[in-house]
Formats: sequence, C-alpha cells, structure tokens
Amino acid sequence: MSSDIAPPAAGAEPAAGAGMQGARPDRPAGPRIRQSLWQQAGRWEVGLVIVLIASLAFGSSESSTFDSQTTLFYGGINAGFISIMALPMMLIVVTAEIDLSVASTLGMAGALLGDLWHHGWGLWPALIAALAVGVVGGALNGFLVAKAGLPSIAVTIGTLTLYRGIAEILLGSQTIPGAGDRTFPAWFTKIGVVPVPGTHLSYTTVFFIVLAIICGVVLHATPLGRSLYAIGLQPEAARFAGIRVARIKFWLFVASGLICAFAGILLVAQNSSVSYNAGYGLELNVVAIALFGGVSIFGGRGTVLGVVLSAAIVATLQMAMTQMNIDPNVQEIVIGALLLISVVVPSLGKLARWPALRARRSRS
Amino acid sequence: MKRSNRSRFVATRRPAILAFAAVAAVSTIAACSSSSSSSSSSAAASSSSAAASTSASASASSSGGSSTGIKKGLVVYFIPKDTQNPYEVLADQGGAKALAELGGKVVVSSGTADTAAAQIPSIQAAIQAHANAIVIAGNDPSALCPSLQQAATAGIAILSFDSDVTCGSSPNHLFVNQANTESIGTSEVDILAKEIGDSGQIAILSAAASATNQNSWIAYMKQELKKYPKMTLVKTVYGNDDPATSLTVLQGLLSAYPNLKGIISPTTVGIQAAAQYLDTHKSLLSKLTLTGLGLPSQMKPYVKDGTVKEFELWNPSQLGYLAGYAAASLASGTATLTTGSSFKAGSLGTYKVLAPTTGVGPSIVLGPPTVFDAANIDQFNF
Repeated sequence: MSSDIAPPAAGAEPAAGAGMQGARPDRPAGPRIRQSLWQQAGRWEVGLVIVLIASLAFGSSESSTFDSQTTLFYGGINAGFISIMALPMMLIVVTAEIDLSVASTLGMAGALLGDLWHHGWGLWPALIAALAVGVVGGALNGFLVAKAGLPSIAVTIGTLTLYRGIAEILLGSQTIPGAGDRTFPAWFTKIGVVPVPGTHLSYTTVFFIVLAIICGVVLHATPLGRSLYAIGLQPEAARFAGIRVARIKFWLFVASGLICAFAGILLVAQNSSVSYNAGYGLELNVVAIALFGGVSIFGGRGTVLGVVLSAAIVATLQMAMTQMNIDPNVQEIVIGALLLISVVVPSLGKLARWPALRARRSRS
Repeated sequence: MKRSNRSRFVATRRPAILAFAAVAAVSTIAACSSSSSSSSSSAAASSSSAAASTSASASASSSGGSSTGIKKGLVVYFIPKDTQNPYEVLADQGGAKALAELGGKVVVSSGTADTAAAQIPSIQAAIQAHANAIVIAGNDPSALCPSLQQAATAGIAILSFDSDVTCGSSPNHLFVNQANTESIGTSEVDILAKEIGDSGQIAILSAAASATNQNSWIAYMKQELKKYPKMTLVKTVYGNDDPATSLTVLQGLLSAYPNLKGIISPTTVGIQAAAQYLDTHKSLLSKLTLTGLGLPSQMKPYVKDGTVKEFELWNPSQLGYLAGYAAASLASGTATLTTGSSFKAGSLGTYKVLAPTTGVGPSIVLGPPTVFDAANIDQFNF
C-alpha cells in the first residue's frame, strides 16, 4: 500500500504492476469517483466561505477604513476586470487546458481600441474592432490547441508574448488619448469613477456577476456543461460518447478571447486611457483565482460558485492589506500561500486515491 | 486493502478540509497583523518630532498673503513607482524627513511592479484614510487620473514627483520636478558628445515605454542631437526599470549595432545594469561609452575603474524632502498652484511655483543636476 502512495511523481507513467492494480476497480468506481468529486467540490466551497468570512472579519478588525461602501466599490474597480477573465479561464481549465494569453489579449484589444481612437475612429466601431481582435486571438489559440492538437500551455505562452508584442507595436510609448487626441466620452469613462446607480458596485463587478450567472448556468445546468467535465475527466471517453471535443475546446478559446477583449475595454474605460502595458502580468492572478476557487488544474473539477468566492476573497484581502499599508511583497506572499493551499489540500485527497487516479491518467 | 484505505479517507476528509481552510485563514491573519504592527510603529516614530511650525509668510508674494503656517499632524501618502527602486526609496525617506520636521507623517504605499494598476489601490487607500496630500511618481501619464481626480474631489492635495502625470485640469496638481526637463535631456547628449568626439551611432536605454519623465527627456535629447549632425540615434530600447530586462535589451542592442559608440541610460536601474555588463566585458569599453542618470553610491565602483567616466543626477532625498514640504504647504493652504506662489522648504530655502508650459502644469524645480566623475564622486553618499 505504502509503495503505491509514496512516489507521487505527477505525470510519470506508472510501473506496469501499479497500473494493473489501479485499473482493476476502475469500471465500477467510475461513477463513484465522479460523485465523490462533486461532494469534494461542495466541501471546498464551504472552506472558501469560511476563508471569505475570515478575510472580511480580518479586514474590518485590522483596518479602520474597511467597513465602508467605498471599499466595495474600490475592490470592484481593482479586481473586477481580472475576475471577469477568470470565468472563461475556469471553463478552459475544467477541460484540462489552460489559456495563459488572457492578460495579453486584454492588452491587445485595449491597444487596438486606443490606436483606432487615435486615428479618428468613432468609439463604437473601435469597440467592435477591439472585441473582434479578441475573437481572432482566441480563435488562433483554439485552432492551435483543438484542431492542431498542440499543448495549450505552450501555445498560449507563445501567444502571451505575441499579443503583448502586437499591443506594443500598436501603441509604442504613446498613451492614448495623448496630446492632441480627443478624450473618451464621459459615459464611457465614468465606469472608473462612479458606481452603478443605486448601488455601491463598480460596473465591472456587475458585469462579473452577470457573466458568472451565465457561466454557472452553462456549466452546471446544460449538456454542454456536463460535456466540459467529461472532456476534462476522460477526453477519449468523451469523444466516444459523441462529444465534439475539438469543436468545444475551439469555441471555449474563442469565448475566452472575446471576454478578455471585453475586460480590456472595461479597463480602458476605467483608466480613461490605454498604454501598451495595460494588464501586464495579470494572467497569473487570473489562474490563481480559478485554482483557488477549487478548479482542478488536471481538469474535470470546479464550480463557478467557487471561482466567485475565490475572486471575492482575493479582492477582500487585497483591499484590507493595502488599507493597512502592508508591504506589497508580503501581500504577494499571502496570495501565493493561498494558491499553494488550493493545490496542496485537494491533492491530499488525491494522494489517498492515487492508484485510481494514476490509472485514469495513464489511459488518457 | 486499497478499498478499505479509500473508505477510511472519505470518512475523514470533510473535517480535514475544513481544518485546512481554518488554518489558512488564521495563518493569513497572523502573517498580516505582524507586519502591520511593524509598519505602523515605524510611521509613529516620525511623528514624534516637535518641529516649530515653519511659516511661509516671509516671502508673501502669494496671492492670499495669509500666514496660517503648516498644520500639525498632516498625513502625506508617498506613492513611488514601486517599493523596490533604490532611487524612490531615497526620495521617500526625504519626504519622511520633511514631514517629521513639520510634525506630520508619511505613509509610503505602492506595488512591486511599475504599473498603474499597482498604484491605484494605494490612491484609494489614501482617500479612505483621509490623507491630506498624495505625492505620486506616475507609472502612467493618464491611467491614474480618474483615481487622482477622486482623491482631489475628496479634498486631498495632489502632487507628482519624479514622473509627472498628465491629467489636464482633472485634477489640478503640482509637479515637483527634479531638474529642468530640458536641461536633463540636453546635458546628457552634451556629455556623451564630448566623450565620443561628436560622431557615431548612439542608443538610449530607457525605463518603461510609457514613463512620462523618460519620454520628455528623450524628446529633448533628440532635439539636442540636431546640434551634432554626425551623431545618429539608432534605437531607443526599454528595460522597464528591471535589471534583467535592461540587460536583455542591452545585449540585443549590442548585437544589432556592433558599431555603437555611445549609450545614454536616463534611469538609475538601466545605467547600473549597463555598467555592470560593460564591467564584465571590458573589451567593449575601447569603443563604447556609457552615460546617463545614476546613483553615485551604485556607480562608484564603475567610475573608479573607468567603466563610466561621467554621469548625472540630483539628490533624490532632497527631491523627496522638497515634495514633502510642498505637499504640507499645499495641504495647509500656505501655498497654492498659482504661478509665483511661494513656500519655504526647510533647509532647501524658498521655492516658487512656476507657470504651466506645454504638457506640464504648475511645477517647482529642485535645481540643476550634478555631474559626477572620479574627482567628486566620493563626496556623495546617496
């Protein structure tokens, strides 16, 4: 028994004996694994609720300015556009892929919007072009991953650099609007300054909630959502069951590109301006929110509720720690620790079920 | 055997996960509260000084003419480009010294990356803490403006230093300029021209492509280069004020332009990275000259061994000290943004607000930059 558990060298092909051993109980255990994963996901969210309550309690006890509506508004300003990108990310991670080009797609869409605005385009055509470039960027990722069958981590590291490079070529050292440019219309830029009327929520927060509800319905209440889990758990079996794995993955990347471009537009509006480095380096925050939300990096597990809770926790901690003027390095350590916990805790469970898991992965 | 193990695990998993969540929360809180106490105690230390209120009434050329003096207990948020940059750290210390003399305190808040997104939460924190003034070194000329406008609306005096923000009138703010922007740009070209004999290919190693200060200096460098027709600027590269990135773009530059004769790096991070590289590749020194803006303390070894002959800078802690006094004067109403309004800046003397020019609003200028070389570098300890 101990020899089965001891070497958790992830990804390594198991020795023949261990593989046989793991394969044996698989057929009856299939649906049961599924069920227990659901239960485990439920428990993970209970843990997240506790951490969220603890973060809120921590903020209001340690920071004198935490208990105010402006904290809610500012938190939305800071985290809203990042959290929006975490939604398509979690859908992609559920299918056991990843999209690391999200922040660069955001930057590229924002840069195109700025460049077209600089060249005299109207706002609406420029907005549509920015969304379109997001779709094209997502489609390139989707084509290379789903149709050409390349590993998504490699593809999207490539496009991470590519899309940021395009943003840099478009804008260079300019910030739009610069000297001589028209300023963006007030209805567009007010989203960075005022909350949604009648509430204390930023516009980005409201968009995040709406998108989260849509994602939640799609993932948890439609055949498409169930097929995403199936793809993440057993792509071969999913394909034999008639699920169009490649097509679904392709459109997921397109959706990711579109939503990241939308987040890029929101960021331009919020900042009343854009430069090529908008959103630089945020892809890791996006991945962190998804993983801390309980989405398994191996695919097949995760809920939208978990991601929403995780986004709320990250925003809460960031607001509280900045208000308390905690060293930004310490803030990064805290976020890093959360990410580690989110990876370590579920794999404590995996460790015990290691043989079954290993058998499953060796087959896929 | 395996089955029994799994069922045992299922039975114990629920409490285990809850326990982990609780541990996570507790350890997070523990980590945060310990560091918060240390930062607040250091802030408290600076407010103990019983400084006499410095009156700015002596030179009453300001329009108001009232002599209310500097208020006590002012809170000024210094928001540097990031918290690591040694130049910014010195400037923030200068600001803290100024506010300590005035019976107020400085809170330094920023991120670890040179982005607007990392500075916006600090502006929000200043608003929520009801700070009296914000002194910011902008990572982006425009992206910070909506947040700064909210701060101004909340009654906070807005100042920029090191790198200006271009917000127009929303909000109006005072730019504490380190040295005349034009003279920084032109003098660096003049220094390099003198060293390489007025001819050859040169390049610029800058910070972030969106940095306002860098771009305005570079614009003046290009203007000054018209005086030297045999010198051609082949490329401007951006190291983002990150040593590793600066080194990478420098190496790219050297391989793309093997005949390069001079490099100007108008940033302390860039010039140090370049000096370090040249120091380990001495064969390049016979044809390549490096100058720019550097910290004497960092550049001393390279000046002593001849890697760099001359470079420039002003005293960053004096810049922060001046910004601190300017912030306190604006927040107390003893100075205004009106051209000619004057205030006393402690040991630095009296400063007057200069008229706005193209692209720059009301500003004050610390003084001319100092040129450092092997003869004088030992006299400076910043």
